Amino acid sequence: MTHEHPLAIVIRTAGTNCDREMCRAFAMAGARVDLIHLDRLIRQPSLLDEADLIGFPGGFSYGDDVAAGRVKAVKCRVGLWPALRAAAERGACMMGACNGFQVMTQIGLLPGFEPGAWPDEPPEPVVALADNAQDRFVDRWTRIETDATSPCVWTAGLTGDTEVMMLPIAHGEGRFVSAHAGRIDDLRRTRRIAVTYASDDNPNGSEGDVAGLCDPSGRIIGLMPHPERYLEWSHHPFATRLSDAQRRGDPPGLRMFRNAVEHVRTGVGVK
Amino acid sequence: MHRVEVRPREGVGDPRGDAIRRDAAQLGIVASGVRSARIYLVRAAIDDAAVHVVRTSLLTDPVLEVSRLGADAPEADVRTIEVHPLPGVMDPAAQTVQTAVRELTGADDVEVSTGWRYDFTGVTDEQADLVARRLLANTVVEAIHRTPWLPDDFPHAARADQTVRHVQITTLDDAALEVLSREGHLFLSLDEMRAIREEYRTLGREPTDVELETLAQTWSEHCVHKTLKSTIRITPADDDVIDWSDRPGHEMQPDGSVVIHNLLKSTVAAATHELIAEGIDWTLSVFVDNAGIIRFDDEHAVCVKVETHNHPSAIEPYGGAATGVGGVIRDIIGTGLGARPIANTDVFCVAHPDIAQVPAGCLHPRRVLTRVVDGVRDYGNRMGIPTVNGAVSFDDRYVGNPLVFCGSVGVMPADMCHGDAQPGDRIIALGGRTGRDGIHGATFSSAELTDTHADEFSHAVQIGNAIEEKRVLDAIMRARDYVPSEAAGSGQQAAGKGTSSSECRMPNANCLYSAITDCGAGGFSSAVGEMGEKLGADVHLERAPLKYAGLRYDEIWISESQERMVLAVPPQNVAALQAICDEEHVELADLGHFGTDNAELILHFDGTEVGRLPMAFLHDGIPMPVREAEWGSSDGATERRSDEGRGSTSLRDTLLHTLAHPNVASKHWIVRQYDHEVQGNTIVKPLVGPGGVGPGDAAVIQPVPGSKQGLAIACGLQTPLGDPAMGGDPYVMTLAAVDECVRNLVCVGADPQRIAILDNFCWPSCAKPENLGSLVRASEGCYDAAKAYRTPFVSGKDSLNNQFRYVDPQTGEQITIEIPPTLLITGIGIVPDVSKVVTSDAKRAGNVLVHMQAQGTDLQDCVRMSRVVAELVARGIVHAAHDVSEGGVLVAAAEMLIGASETLGLTLAAIEHPFAESAGGYLLELSSSDVAGLQADGGTVVGTLTDAHQIVIEGYDDIPVSDLRAAYMGTLDW
Repeated sequence: MTHEHPLAIVIRTAGTNCDREMCRAFAMAGARVDLIHLDRLIRQPSLLDEADLIGFPGGFSYGDDVAAGRVKAVKCRVGLWPALRAAAERGACMMGACNGFQVMTQIGLLPGFEPGAWPDEPPEPVVALADNAQDRFVDRWTRIETDATSPCVWTAGLTGDTEVMMLPIAHGEGRFVSAHAGRIDDLRRTRRIAVTYASDDNPNGSEGDVAGLCDPSGRIIGLMPHPERYLEWSHHPFATRLSDAQRRGDPPGLRMFRNAVEHVRTGVGVK
Repeated sequence: MHRVEVRPREGVGDPRGDAIRRDAAQLGIVASGVRSARIYLVRAAIDDAAVHVVRTSLLTDPVLEVSRLGADAPEADVRTIEVHPLPGVMDPAAQTVQTAVRELTGADDVEVSTGWRYDFTGVTDEQADLVARRLLANTVVEAIHRTPWLPDDFPHAARADQTVRHVQITTLDDAALEVLSREGHLFLSLDEMRAIREEYRTLGREPTDVELETLAQTWSEHCVHKTLKSTIRITPADDDVIDWSDRPGHEMQPDGSVVIHNLLKSTVAAATHELIAEGIDWTLSVFVDNAGIIRFDDEHAVCVKVETHNHPSAIEPYGGAATGVGGVIRDIIGTGLGARPIANTDVFCVAHPDIAQVPAGCLHPRRVLTRVVDGVRDYGNRMGIPTVNGAVSFDDRYVGNPLVFCGSVGVMPADMCHGDAQPGDRIIALGGRTGRDGIHGATFSSAELTDTHADEFSHAVQIGNAIEEKRVLDAIMRARDYVPSEAAGSGQQAAGKGTSSSECRMPNANCLYSAITDCGAGGFSSAVGEMGEKLGADVHLERAPLKYAGLRYDEIWISESQERMVLAVPPQNVAALQAICDEEHVELADLGHFGTDNAELILHFDGTEVGRLPMAFLHDGIPMPVREAEWGSSDGATERRSDEGRGSTSLRDTLLHTLAHPNVASKHWIVRQYDHEVQGNTIVKPLVGPGGVGPGDAAVIQPVPGSKQGLAIACGLQTPLGDPAMGGDPYVMTLAAVDECVRNLVCVGADPQRIAILDNFCWPSCAKPENLGSLVRASEGCYDAAKAYRTPFVSGKDSLNNQFRYVDPQTGEQITIEIPPTLLITGIGIVPDVSKVVTSDAKRAGNVLVHMQAQGTDLQDCVRMSRVVAELVARGIVHAAHDVSEGGVLVAAAEMLIGASETLGLTLAAIEHPFAESAGGYLLELSSSDVAGLQADGGTVVGTLTDAHQIVIEGYDDIPVSDLRAAYMGTLDW
């Protein structure tokens, strides 16, 4: 699928509070953006048929009551799975940041399935984001690394020096946990661990320093850090220290959105 | 009733249990293990299959958790503690689960309650009880159970008796009036009670209970600020540092005394109005609305408000602080025709956390601070508003009466700064339901705290529900920027620059309401009373949605249940507003209409008139007696100077000790728990430098995403300088606090000509003439400072009965602990270019540190210095800037190094008074080629940045920066 003017749909609910900056990120990257309430999508799932990109924003959906992202995920599993599955199968790009990642793992969108193998019923979650090891909400910038060999569309070519390659985190439940001992090796082997925290800068005790995962196609990503908070160089925590050389081009956060928008616009990398 | 118990799966860890184990160890209770479990009590007529679905798919994470129906039987050596909210206490998680269970199962009649279970091993029953009371539960709002709890049903209130009650007042003598005021929790003075008695004698009837309650709420200190607005007489000393001549609203008397007519108007507000008359044209709304508003750019305005929530936080710190945050956010939402909150601030004043004993009736300060931080975090983060600036100040006199200041900043279209209810507008309540919570909050916050308040006023305390407020915010923003075609619920945003998510409305947008305000202290009574002040209002109280049965009409009218807003809506717009509210899951209630004959407030319940008051008496009937203020004299100390460490090798110890002092030490433990970057517009974060540990002087945000212009937010707090117990003078304290706030803003790059400030007075009882005297002096300081810096006050708030009274159990003596007079100055300043902001962390070896110091006792010189420094910052030659405050120059320099990269050091020339604290001081990092000429402006080069990671001072041992950092970071590393 290619569209000259791709449409991004950002799914909001009560308590998704990073939706405006995610809309801004998609718009800056060249997409048309529609911010739609989950209830409206559940009433009218066909709205998602038009989406080239789907965003699950951060925040505290439904207050994160019960657990982070739980209620939003349950509502998506019950009311939106066929439309989400169809979007995955037709090659739409999806991103969940922070609460959005928590939601996507619980819906069963991540770690995802090979194209053509997405199940008819929402699958049992196999990875999770648990309470931070320190049992506390943490807001800070962390140094991140990307896997250059990953199929991930969003992080393609995303490199830079360690001062530039940072992303902000802000969460209380971001400790990556996989259900089975072999799972993380499997994810590593298939290059699905698209984003990791620098090993000396793991902020929450995540297994394998995992910060973000992609599906086998590389089009669907979920990550705990917030790329949508790094759209301008002035967002960087010590921006005035960066040299002109370091500040060349777009900051990594915006580059992720550009990658995906460009991907659905030109079909680069479409299988 | 079904009980679901959910606990962490073996092997994935139990961080909550581990944290409690650590905290218990601090109390001296060493448990060998603590396991936590979440408990859900679900009452619903659903079959076993549905219960299974709810338990496994909604309540349990298959990767992380295991769950069961019922309860694990406690093992033999295990002590079980369960904590559940008391009936009627807000339980936001329960509300969410309730809705989700309904949606999942289709059942209508569902009721849910949530709790926590903790299993302790290796402790005694007594120890488990102590941990429960000290760490796990506040019995004001929560019940402690020693076994797994499964009630047969939830308690339900009976319907209330709604018979109209009259209160006998016209025949009472003065003594009886005073008894009525106290026992009815009215907290009105004898003069005020007499005025009410006279009014009803004239009317020829007795007041109904709800009329009397309405008067008490409206006339409370909290709502009407009767002390600050009263006429005050004070006799200055001959050698006073204040020049009393030619002050607006001040009358010099032949006997040497000064009579001040309306203190607030003659000082704080007078400065603003004079500045406006002198040409400041960027204030858009001052003192009249829920927040003060200034112009940001051609299309946008920003507004700011800071509130206190001291007394609720003393009794239930979590709920008190959270609802403090929720309340000030609603102030922003309810300013003009509605602003979008974009930043929060928080300042706490508490007793030292290592205090051994606290008086009966007080919570330990460590618990107060921890829970206050939890409350601010949970509410602010859930609302999606970055908490970007704050402070913590420790003094043991805050032990029974901690101070919790919550601030919020909003952005709005510049042409929506004013709203007025129109006759015929519907009175529309939006948001949370009304319960018994928070009743008498306004009068309670205006009274002195005593050791029995926790019992007597537990109903004044409440827990917030941030998600309810977020839904209300979402609905109001849509109603404010309503576009008819948008009624379907979405608006597409074009591809491109991405600035369209700012406050720019569609050209055909049309606000659905003519006025808006929040329900704060006094609930509907204050909100409707204020909006209908000129028009009158006709209210039908039975139409307010209730949390539970059993509320009487007067309780509905004055309840302070959270997350409610009141809108004045033209009748033709109600349907459109209802449609938005339905989509956003916000409850809407039409309570009546504005506009009555003779501008009366008329209250009905189920067709019966229960109250009728003329608005004029309600708002203007309060008697304003002349109050006597006294002021001895201070010892004239305007600087605190500590010479400790001079000429001895203990300079190192003094420096480390000062950096580790809780007032100075890093607040990273607090700051990192707040999301200070949500909304994606935070440019200068609260902690700065490459390691994110340097103290930021002010935060800078971008109110309009993508715009070059920023907004700096900072505060000033100089309590010790005004402390009567230390010979301080509140006048001097106030000048220093404004100066500190201005310096913080200037350091990051704010334009000193575009700074607006707020005052928050927290004082002990001003019935005492000395305290009123110190309040007068602080107010005069506000006038002089605002005029000198040309920084208009745009809003403010006062809390004037901050003291704690208790009976010493040993001696039987009655003891009152007064807080030191505390004035928080909050400032916002326009930053012309966010790409040129400056932070406090030192940048480069070879650069020099320049101490720019005004004559600290000379107000005009401090103003001059702020302009000099701002000019240097604007020229782009300042690499780092930091204000010199607590701890003096050496501490400021150390903080600049602590925030720097882990290689930088500093060689210092001998500093005469390394720990002297004075107003008007800045430490700037400049290239050595840029320092020429600064001496004439009051600059001294004090040192050079080096590549050796230590501070080298001639005549003293070298001090490794890593030691400084450890001292600075360690104290509050909870």
